[in-house]
Amino acid sequence: MSLLEVESLSKRFGGLLAVDDVTFAAGEREILSIIGPNGAGKSTLFKLITAFLKPTAGRVRLAGEDLTGRSPHVVARCGVVRTFQETTIFRDMTALDNVVVGHHLRGDATLAGFFFGSRRARASEAAFRDSAREILDYLGLGAVAGEIARNLPHGYLRALGIAIAMAANPRVVLLDEPFAGLNPEETDRAVDMVRGIRDRGITVLLVEHDMRAVMRISDRVVVLNFGRMIAQGAPLEIQRDEGVIEAYLGRPDDEL
Amino acid sequence: MPPRSAVIVLAVLAYLVGAPLILGNRPYDIGVLTSAAALSVISAGVWLTFYIGRIHIGQGAFALLGGYAAAVAMTQLGLSFWIAMPLAGLAAALVAVVIGFPILRLKGVYFAMVSLSLTETARLTAQSFASVTGGPKGILNIPLPGAVEVFGLTLIPDFARVNPHVALFVLATVLAIATFAALYRIVNSRLGWLFRSLQQNEDLAASIGVNVARLRVVAFAISSFLGGVGGAFFVAVQQSIYPSTFQVQDSIYLMLYCFLGGLGYVFGPLAGTFVLFIAFEFLHGLNEFQPLIYAVLMIVLMLWLPNGLLSLRLPGRRP
Repeated sequence: MSLLEVESLSKRFGGLLAVDDVTFAAGEREILSIIGPNGAGKSTLFKLITAFLKPTAGRVRLAGEDLTGRSPHVVARCGVVRTFQETTIFRDMTALDNVVVGHHLRGDATLAGFFFGSRRARASEAAFRDSAREILDYLGLGAVAGEIARNLPHGYLRALGIAIAMAANPRVVLLDEPFAGLNPEETDRAVDMVRGIRDRGITVLLVEHDMRAVMRISDRVVVLNFGRMIAQGAPLEIQRDEGVIEAYLGRPDDEL
Repeated sequence: MPPRSAVIVLAVLAYLVGAPLILGNRPYDIGVLTSAAALSVISAGVWLTFYIGRIHIGQGAFALLGGYAAAVAMTQLGLSFWIAMPLAGLAAALVAVVIGFPILRLKGVYFAMVSLSLTETARLTAQSFASVTGGPKGILNIPLPGAVEVFGLTLIPDFARVNPHVALFVLATVLAIATFAALYRIVNSRLGWLFRSLQQNEDLAASIGVNVARLRVVAFAISSFLGGVGGAFFVAVQQSIYPSTFQVQDSIYLMLYCFLGGLGYVFGPLAGTFVLFIAFEFLHGLNEFQPLIYAVLMIVLMLWLPNGLLSLRLPGRRP
């Protein structure tokens, strides 16, 4: 059964249809990649799904519940959480604190309890730290938990971005170019990391340019070109799809 | 109680009792400490708005608003100061909620510019609504805080019947203690975590489920509440209020107190206000050179300690 459903989603910026009537669905524990040439509307689609942009038309549903038109923080609390393309992190906090923050939205102690430092609040706070540590360890960041985030090397930052998303306890996580700028070895580790997220029972959507990684990791692939979905299917089908090949490589020119 | 907290509590008590004993019959000197404590409350509000990543140069507006709210409540509604003061805070917080939703969408220099205009807006409003505010003439003859009695037991004496300078000093100091204790708890609780996430990156905060728009307004409302309470306190001290009681210049000073105390420290505005306000008084003897020397001192301080006075720690206590 589909967990996340995107139905006839469109976004118009003035005269440009950045996303044009896109429909697809992602199942539980699925890794679904969205690919397409530059400017195909992938990032816009991500923003529409996570409500950072309001769609011109169409719907987004999570487990049947309509998320269209909600605020980004409501969508996040429903369990659809994104990461960012750039290294967007809480720069002046330690790596551990970056992940603790997300936990504060799901504690059961009251605000007043936290204010006065009630026993339950203190217990939650300790639990948040343990859980944050576990997430960091899981993503290979355990050794740098105490470092201020802005001092971390680039490769770690992307993992930290994912760790922050994991702290919000998502059902669907949307990763924006998780493999960009990584060398083959780092990509291998990142691929394992994404699989690891899926193995925790989370559905993963990713926008990515690294085709080798996409074909290795994805259960299914959605291809966008000029805002329209031109194909979707298993990686092998996509690799043989003529429309996709044309979108990436262009049409053979008969007149030459 | 851990030894360090005990030392702090004892030091605060010693100050609360000792300062009036030493300065009790020197109204001007104890008045400086009273003003510094009350200004530190207002400045604490500025600090909290800085804490969510907004440059706030408009706290004077909320102090003025609180001052007028308290003055009107006492003179026209006949309410006691002890009710008027929290009401003044709430009035300032209410206005902050209403204007905060639109203006807090702005960031950086844009919010700073709007906040800078708030004080002037407040002054002109006070000047124009003469029916309520008395216009340029202001509101005069505001009574000192009265007695609070419960079942014949006097909890707080009538300020007019005791040494009012000492009474106001104690009130200001207690307000400052309460303010900074509350601020410390806020920053070290869940709200503090969420405020820090806003300060660092609002988009990222929203992406993990933080209600950015509401929390910004919550911080701004608490900030303005402190401004309003502080403004009401000064009404009790001066027993009058005019449109010029808090000016743009005051808003800028309140911001500088936070800067120089240290934006990264809860007690930054407390340290900044006391050091700078008292330093300004010490320079009184320099007459016309007072502002010049003061400005140079501030610049030197900013260059030497960019993270504020509190970044200057004793070697042994470095974490």
